[in-house]
Amino acid sequence: MAEPAAPRPAESGTTPASGLAAFEQKVTRRKFIVNVGWGIIAAFGAGFAGVLNRYLFPNVLYEPVSQFKAGKPSDYPTPNSVSDKWLREYRTWIVRDAHGIYAVWARCTHLGCTPRWFSNEHRFRCPCHGSNYDIKADVIAGPAPRPMNRCKIWLDDEGVINVDKAVLLSTTNDTTRLKPPYYLQVS
Amino acid sequence: MLSDAQKQKLSEIKAQVKSSQVWTSIFRHDFSDTPRTRLDRIFKNVWLHLHPVRIPRITARLTHTFCLGGLTFFFFIVLTVTGVLLMFYYRPTVEAAYNDMKDLEFAVTLGMFLRNLHRWSAHLMVFFVIGHMARVFLTASYKPPREFNWVVGVILLTLTLILSFSGYLLPWDQLAIWAITVGTNMAAATPLMGAEGPFTIVSVDNDARFITLGGHFVGQATLLRFYVLHCIALPLAASAFMIVHFWRVNKDGFAVPS
Repeated sequence: MAEPAAPRPAESGTTPASGLAAFEQKVTRRKFIVNVGWGIIAAFGAGFAGVLNRYLFPNVLYEPVSQFKAGKPSDYPTPNSVSDKWLREYRTWIVRDAHGIYAVWARCTHLGCTPRWFSNEHRFRCPCHGSNYDIKADVIAGPAPRPMNRCKIWLDDEGVINVDKAVLLSTTNDTTRLKPPYYLQVS
Repeated sequence: MLSDAQKQKLSEIKAQVKSSQVWTSIFRHDFSDTPRTRLDRIFKNVWLHLHPVRIPRITARLTHTFCLGGLTFFFFIVLTVTGVLLMFYYRPTVEAAYNDMKDLEFAVTLGMFLRNLHRWSAHLMVFFVIGHMARVFLTASYKPPREFNWVVGVILLTLTLILSFSGYLLPWDQLAIWAITVGTNMAAATPLMGAEGPFTIVSVDNDARFITLGGHFVGQATLLRFYVLHCIALPLAASAFMIVHFWRVNKDGFAVPS
């Protein structure tokens, strides 16, 4: 805020007022100090509003981990069946098709409700707005825009299935989704 | 019937009360029916001073306003009183919320009545605030010089709807959880600020849905957030805007049909 003492126009002879002197003529000292004062208050207010906005975003979340162990491939022996075993705890279905296993995150791609698997109708149905998905998690009816997400799935060294819901794939492209890391071949 | 002696005694007591310091310190004017006193009653009362002291005769007709704004405010008062009473028995935690709601319904004396009064008043407030808006529109009362109050009214409509939405979660039943899941997923479709919206500049970890939920799904953080918004932040904000709204009705004058 401290200004260097500017040479007065009178002292510099006949030359026109320099930038600083012109500024001093235009803005009185009182007005300058008042504006600087309000400027500091405004800057503090803007900064505080910014941090206050940041305050509303939690840094630590007490949410379940995204990764879990889902037993051995031999736990899912029946082809074309959907297992509800991990639905309640991890919101994920383990699906066994003819050749392998994949994991589907049980979240409707319309507005985020949890669909149910109806084995007699061989489809997933969402209770909120009636989206239907086939066993591949592809949309066959209702407002859902995309297939449900498949999760990353792999076997660890002990032969146990691991699922990671943080790595997701939503596609109808079989060449992409029927190979690792979204598909577990069962020989 | 009272005897003459008793009536005499009563009017003596009345005169004594009205000349006491307690009475005269609260009511600074008398109650005689003069134009002066009629003005004083409004001006000198903290509750009434927002009200206009004079209104055009035609606007006092029921069919001019149908009292829709007044009914909206009436239900806001009912909701404030019943809401405060419900708070005595309600804990906003995942473990307790649903059971507390059930207790209010089945175990607390008058609990079911107060909860239902709160619920029906909420529906009616939304109904009347929309009716009020339609009436103001149809009588062209939003036109200058009242255009600013229309803007304040739109803010109040939005606050009413958010109050309704935030209260929806508090019973913590399946309907509540999935309704808020659906509603907040719509927030994810907000342009710019929603992770799935057009022109998005945010991710699922910092978008409009995340800040509303306080996380990635409807959980404890969400329940607490909605509780604080519903019981404190939004009613305070609505009260502030209502003060401005009523004051502006007074200052801008009533719209009179030409």
